[in-house]
Amino acid sequence: MSRRRWLAALDALLSHGTLIAIGLLFFLPFYWLVATALKPDAQVFAMPPVWVPHPPQWRNFPRALTYVPFGLYTLNTLRICALNVLGTVLSCSLVAYSLAKVRWKGREWVFWSMLATMILPGQVTMVPTFTIFRSLHWIGTILPLVVPPFFGNAFSIFLLRQFFMTIPDELSDAARIDGCSDLGIFTRLILPLSKPALATVGLFAFIGSWNDFLGPLLYLNDERSYTLSIGLQRFVSQHGAEWSMLSAASAVMTVPIIIIFFLAQRTFIQGITLTGIKG
Amino acid sequence: MRGRSHPFTPSPLRPGKRRASRGAQLTGLAFAAPWIIGFVVFFAYPVIASAYYSLCSFDAIRPPRFIGFENYRRMFFEDDLFWKSLWNTLYMVVAGLPVGLVASLGIALLLNRKVKGMTVYRTIYYLPSITPVVATSILWLWLLNPEMGLINIALGKMHLMQPGWLTDPAWAKAALILMGLWGAGGGMVIYLAALQDVPESLTEAAALDGAGKLQQFRHVTLPMLSPVILFNLIMGLIGSFQYFTQAYVMTSGGPQDSTMFYALHLFNRAFLDFRMGYASAMAWVLFLVTLVCALLVFKTSVRWVYYAGEGR
Repeated sequence: MSRRRWLAALDALLSHGTLIAIGLLFFLPFYWLVATALKPDAQVFAMPPVWVPHPPQWRNFPRALTYVPFGLYTLNTLRICALNVLGTVLSCSLVAYSLAKVRWKGREWVFWSMLATMILPGQVTMVPTFTIFRSLHWIGTILPLVVPPFFGNAFSIFLLRQFFMTIPDELSDAARIDGCSDLGIFTRLILPLSKPALATVGLFAFIGSWNDFLGPLLYLNDERSYTLSIGLQRFVSQHGAEWSMLSAASAVMTVPIIIIFFLAQRTFIQGITLTGIKG
Repeated sequence: MRGRSHPFTPSPLRPGKRRASRGAQLTGLAFAAPWIIGFVVFFAYPVIASAYYSLCSFDAIRPPRFIGFENYRRMFFEDDLFWKSLWNTLYMVVAGLPVGLVASLGIALLLNRKVKGMTVYRTIYYLPSITPVVATSILWLWLLNPEMGLINIALGKMHLMQPGWLTDPAWAKAALILMGLWGAGGGMVIYLAALQDVPESLTEAAALDGAGKLQQFRHVTLPMLSPVILFNLIMGLIGSFQYFTQAYVMTSGGPQDSTMFYALHLFNRAFLDFRMGYASAMAWVLFLVTLVCALLVFKTSVRWVYYAGEGR
């Protein structure tokens, strides 16, 4: 008995030991990012490395954020993110409803078309898409980044469809018998029941467009319309060695994502498992 | 693959006795309209146009001029960088992707144990994978710095070799793979979900039959996970072939083109030289290479992927 308890304690100790050791490796880069961001210039390159900046240079943050207009970039990014979230949630829930709750010919076709967009590399459509937006005179505006989300994307539609399928058909059938239209069923029954899934899709859309780099790189050519990712990249190519400022700016770009993750942790994990594999 | 529970398989239409009514047909179309319009405008048309451009000399200013298979001929026979970038990309697929998959699986196994404070551990392991790529790239540019970077300082402390990482053509791709490992927590979540679906009765039965921990893993857990491994493998394959942002931000393809990946070469041809026809041809070759690799994986997958629902 006591031997078994001793073994269990050893097992727990080993588990925690491994988890902490590897966890430190994962955490260390974050710590180093923040530590570097707070260092006076002399300590950035000090040998041996300085682990705790003393005194912490909080003014590195305002310095980095005013050196380039990061406030403006943040606003630009947020605007694009908001439109992405709106467009994705709106269009994908409509399409998912049609796939999950309406019996019509052509559903299979829609499925295969969704699969095709997932398999074909974006590079194939990149040039013609660019020329479409150019002939619309949209280059240099945010339109190429915020209009396509209003036409849905395969991943989010899949996710929402999976979720809608779990809502019993009896509910919508009953509503239909009571004279409710499909639009009514969609807005008054399906959407309210699907808040968690809609939140997941919105969350992914937000993070996706917050982190997007290629889109802004292709379409935003005016410095004043830059997003954080493109602004940060330009900052690197101009100030390659100013590590404390670069770190401060990178930390500022990362923090919102981490906060969002903590606020919406469960939504997040559910969504990934839903799209991932649970068919 | 058909008929099995799998994200790639469309669920068979419910065998409703009623045929789709005219009203339902219209409703279905109306609700699916955003996708259908988007598919035509942002996918179908661009795919056809891209196939045509790939046979043209096209600088995006003057109208495309048909030149037959000249772009492809140049690509295969005159563009050394094409082969170099293809090689670099295959390197990431063959060396980087398996390392990443094993790491994700290992982390998932580690995080599937029942110990206190697990949510904290899971969060720490997961966060790097959602950190913005540009921020990650800048951070790792600093960590991988040959003289001042934390990694080489640590290696120096341990009296180990200190590679030049991103400044050394022989190490640059390894550096990017190492950085990729930091984000391995992203794939972990899907493994974790699948691990929690492995019935304990199965592992217990195996244990009763005298199977050790390793055998339980090899003969029970691993087969149960194989559909998820296939999913992560295919997704990873598609992603690796399009590896772009990190190289663009960190190395611009250098040193000595050692991180000139296919998607970066393609991007430069399209938007640096405005050789849009050539870039489109490159995109189609990329698609074919990806497709062949994915099909190979699917072909072999019948041998190693186990579907629990089989024969039900």
